[in-house]
Amino acid sequence: MTDDLESLLNGELLEEDVELSLAELCQACRVPAEQIVELVGEGIIEPVGQGQVHWRFRAISVRRVRCALRLQHDLGVNTAGAALALDLLEELAQLRARRR
Amino acid sequence: MQFRDYYEIMGVARDATQDEIKRAYRKLARKYHPDVSKETDAEARFKEVGEAYEVLKDPEKRAAYDQLGADWKSGQDFRPPPDWDQGFEFHGGGFSGADAAGFSDFFETLFGRGAAGADFGGAQAGGFHAHGGDAHARVLIDLEDAYQGATRALTLKHTELGTDGRPQVRERTLNVRIPRGVRQGQQIRLAGQGDPGIGQGRAGDLYLEVAFRPHAHYHVEGADVFLDLPIAPWEAALGATVKVPTPTGAVDLKIPPGSAGGRKLRLKGRGIPARAPGDLYVVVQVALPPADSAAGRAAYRDFEQALDFNPRAHLGV
Repeated sequence: MTDDLESLLNGELLEEDVELSLAELCQACRVPAEQIVELVGEGIIEPVGQGQVHWRFRAISVRRVRCALRLQHDLGVNTAGAALALDLLEELAQLRARRR
Repeated sequence: MQFRDYYEIMGVARDATQDEIKRAYRKLARKYHPDVSKETDAEARFKEVGEAYEVLKDPEKRAAYDQLGADWKSGQDFRPPPDWDQGFEFHGGGFSGADAAGFSDFFETLFGRGAAGADFGGAQAGGFHAHGGDAHARVLIDLEDAYQGATRALTLKHTELGTDGRPQVRERTLNVRIPRGVRQGQQIRLAGQGDPGIGQGRAGDLYLEVAFRPHAHYHVEGADVFLDLPIAPWEAALGATVKVPTPTGAVDLKIPPGSAGGRKLRLKGRGIPARAPGDLYVVVQVALPPADSAAGRAAYRDFEQALDFNPRAHLGV
């Protein structure tokens, strides 16, 4: 079944300086806080602010969290493995863009 | 409906052990994982492999599938025999976290949609309210769209609880404005466009991740845009003013005298017009004119005599 919506939707562009709280990041990535805390512990995402209550995450964290979770879920790698893969993938993407 | 040969998709023999199947899956998953793979059909292949694994890793489903016989070929027209699944207990048994919304009709006919809408657990209990989950999608744009802004029609599939209480896959089309100045990997948040809430819970948000289609001339790093610009040797040596394309139209660019290949010239603020606008970097590449005529060859010889030039001097030879 298709619902065609004629109207044009305006989204909010999440600029680099848009920050998410721990709760907002959990909601956006559909994961419990413990998982985010684990990813922080591995350095996959880096919040600013002291203590979980004051943590603020950059908007780019949504992408990194989701990619890390997909890698863990689909490829069976652990958090450290996902962190390594993410860093290498980013470097690879940069090199590929530069080589073109 | 077309038959799917799950063994062929996984590249394993019909009598493969569960360990062999798991190994084959891991290997294929790494190869075709959309986050990792550079294959153009990675996403489709990854889904296909995920579907095959969903069946073959589960001894019940695998046994039921095997019972269809080994004579079927992928793509053959297929109707399941009546009562084919008698004696098996996988209906409603649930999937193991795979995204069943992307599975084929073939899979659905055999195994049902089951617990594809796992998020809806408990939805039928009276008075239950929950926020809808946030949904995610990718949107592919051209570099030019980031300069001018654009609109894109997106078709999204999502699972919704039908009136009969069973999850159904629905499609909807959204027209979305892509704001000017957007960069690769940025997220656009559309409030209330995620999964519907349950009861009086509000709907989730939709996050769109922006990706650029590869461009024939430019490459992008953050908000900065790079262009390789071929110039003639005399333009490189003597300096020149040349026409340079930019995503917003051609401009005149002054090449300073003595510009070696690889020199980067910056056009400030002509990168992606983000809030902190990027720059456009023109990387000069000295092109070699062909010596395919008598006059051309003579010109090169004059060149050689006029200039005492050893390009290998720094190599000590």
